[in-house]
Amino acid sequence: MSFRFALVGNPNSGKTSLFNEITGNTQYVGNWPGVTVEKKEGRAKKIKDDVKIIDLPGIYSLSPYTLEEIIARDYLVDEKPDVVINIIDATNIERNLYLTTQLVELGLPVVIALNMMDEVEAAEDKIDIDALAKSLGIPIIPTIATKGRGVNELMQKSLQIAQTAAVGSTTGKSLDIFNKGIGKYISETESALAAHLQDIPFNPRWVALKLLEGDLKIIDRLNLPGKLLQEIGQRRDMLEEEYGSDAETIIADTRYDFISGIVKKTIERKRSQGALSTSDKIDKVVTNRLLAIPLFLAVMFVVFKITFGALGSFTIDWVDVLINETIAGTISGWLEAAGATEWLYALIIDGILAGLSSILVFVPQIMILFLFLAFLEDSGYMARAAFIMDRLFKRLGLSGKSFIPMLMGFGCSVPAIMATRTLENEKDRRLTIILTPFMSCGAKLPIYALFAGAFFANNQSLVVFSVYLLGIVIAILSGIILRKTVLKGEPAPFLMELPPYRIPTGKGLLIHMWDRGKAFIKKAGTVIFAAAVFIWFFQTFDFSLKMVEDPANSILGVIGRGIAPIFSPLGFGDWKSAVAIFTGLLAKEAVVTTMGILHGLGEVTESSTSLIGAMQTYFTPLKAYAFMAFTLLYMPCIAAFGVIKREMNSWKWTWFAVGFQTAVAWLVAFVIYQVGSLLGF
Amino acid sequence: MNKAKMPLGFLQSGCEGTVKEMHGGNNMCRRLAGLGITCGSRVRVISNNAGGPLILSVKESRLALGRGMALKIMVEEG
Repeated sequence: MSFRFALVGNPNSGKTSLFNEITGNTQYVGNWPGVTVEKKEGRAKKIKDDVKIIDLPGIYSLSPYTLEEIIARDYLVDEKPDVVINIIDATNIERNLYLTTQLVELGLPVVIALNMMDEVEAAEDKIDIDALAKSLGIPIIPTIATKGRGVNELMQKSLQIAQTAAVGSTTGKSLDIFNKGIGKYISETESALAAHLQDIPFNPRWVALKLLEGDLKIIDRLNLPGKLLQEIGQRRDMLEEEYGSDAETIIADTRYDFISGIVKKTIERKRSQGALSTSDKIDKVVTNRLLAIPLFLAVMFVVFKITFGALGSFTIDWVDVLINETIAGTISGWLEAAGATEWLYALIIDGILAGLSSILVFVPQIMILFLFLAFLEDSGYMARAAFIMDRLFKRLGLSGKSFIPMLMGFGCSVPAIMATRTLENEKDRRLTIILTPFMSCGAKLPIYALFAGAFFANNQSLVVFSVYLLGIVIAILSGIILRKTVLKGEPAPFLMELPPYRIPTGKGLLIHMWDRGKAFIKKAGTVIFAAAVFIWFFQTFDFSLKMVEDPANSILGVIGRGIAPIFSPLGFGDWKSAVAIFTGLLAKEAVVTTMGILHGLGEVTESSTSLIGAMQTYFTPLKAYAFMAFTLLYMPCIAAFGVIKREMNSWKWTWFAVGFQTAVAWLVAFVIYQVGSLLGF
Repeated sequence: MNKAKMPLGFLQSGCEGTVKEMHGGNNMCRRLAGLGITCGSRVRVISNNAGGPLILSVKESRLALGRGMALKIMVEEG
């Protein structure tokens, strides 16, 4: 038989680990298309039956007020999975059960995976699992997802429940959360509802509860008659009168009362609540008012120092020799032996190899940077960075929470823009989407590495660090301007969970690094490869498809000369730079690829050193810096553009975003070049 | 003895209290409820630096809470 199990739980409860453990992570994991991505689907391994696992976004409750909650709730009520696997962080049962009490009301069979049991054992806490399961009326399987423990038992139990449910036995007992007083209001609403609507597509008791709470999404969907709504409204007023608060608060408080009653009877914590943990002690230092920002800058500087210092240079030289001497030498030998024609030889050596090597030399450096980012994220420091930045961001009209998507932007803008879904407020989201591409992504790193290596050999890491900082500063200034003009309003209040510090595991770091880094290698083999062929072709032939002597007369040369004057005031008005900026819209790495092909023309087995030499005739250090600033800030690549369109859900905002970014890029580069020239650089 | 209520934002680092009133509107209350803060919740202030957000210990987790919100939550110290 085939079944669908949905994974639901709080953020950071170990859902992804469990998902990978169940599906084996070798299975195809696809993002669903459409507006509401972020649900992942996989197939359970080690099970005979056909079981699809749906990983829903991490949520704290089922109220429909953030995008993630809406995605999760809509999936559960509309698709009705056969089993809901509720993952609970065993070190924080009370808070996690708040979601559980809501899941149960949907009327779907629920199984609890009580995760992170190793940490409970380490803290010497005691949980009476049987008693807990009995009080909740839900089967509980203890698990340690990171080590794969309990996963088989969990799947067996879920399967058993799915099979029982499939033959029609009753499922979804409702919990006895509400006392007689509130329970009466819920039952009355339920009967009133039943009198008006014969066929409700959801669990009637849940709908009654939602209506009593005044859940607008449900009211909209059910299209209830005005008279019924009025009747329910009266009932809500009576409830609020009787308990002296608003319905939602009453219901939330009641849930927690119910939970704390159960927790008191079944859990014994050794450490008292609120006692200072190691994490708290680290936070005392890391979030200290005076130390926090210097410490953050120092951490980032060390990361860049290592990435762009001796270690980074070493990897570049190594890959350079590998490709441009060993591989290019071998291939040119073959081509000569096979008697290849001149144009084929030129295409392969000057086009494809020169283009690819200009990118591939930077892959190890990108990996080093991603390894550091993975370390900072997995350890829990990145969440603190958001906390630290809130003080600063608040004055700029953004919540510190916006800093998290922006930090992810150092990796790649595409997932970073998708991460803006965690922001509650529409204007905050739009603003953060516009600002995120200012955070320099991994694909732009080769550009800085190339230019900094060529023009700032003695201060490479400092110069690259300054470019990254420039991105942050420009984002902040743009934030202020946009908040005062097109996106007026207050940011949503800052509220987020700070995960405890953990020492990242080597395996986790490598997976995290590889997960991000592989995209660049894949791109080198696809988009960049195609771009290299494309660029080589159009700079070799003119409009009448004849091979040209001087590439300036080629198709690209003519186009480049056409748009180059736009960049003259910025210091790089030559056609090769114009073409590089243009091809950079495909993928930012293509900027370097284009430079590699256009400047390295006709010299077989040349190394990057001669590319640097060729560039030094076009650029000065000042022009190079202006060029880096422009490529840092201008319109992001086509993939990011697509995500901006999807997340903005509006062409107007999409064009505004990329238009704004490009205008800012031009202005900043203009100021750098003109002021720099005046100062005599 | 009837203890005085005060905004959570006034509670010093290391102090504990019980939430008595929440004045932030429905949306804020909903989000706080999801993270474990409702009327009657015990909170402990881990860090409270002037001008910035607070770090709280609520149930078994640590929350970062903006100062604006912290001023709208009334607690009873102790």
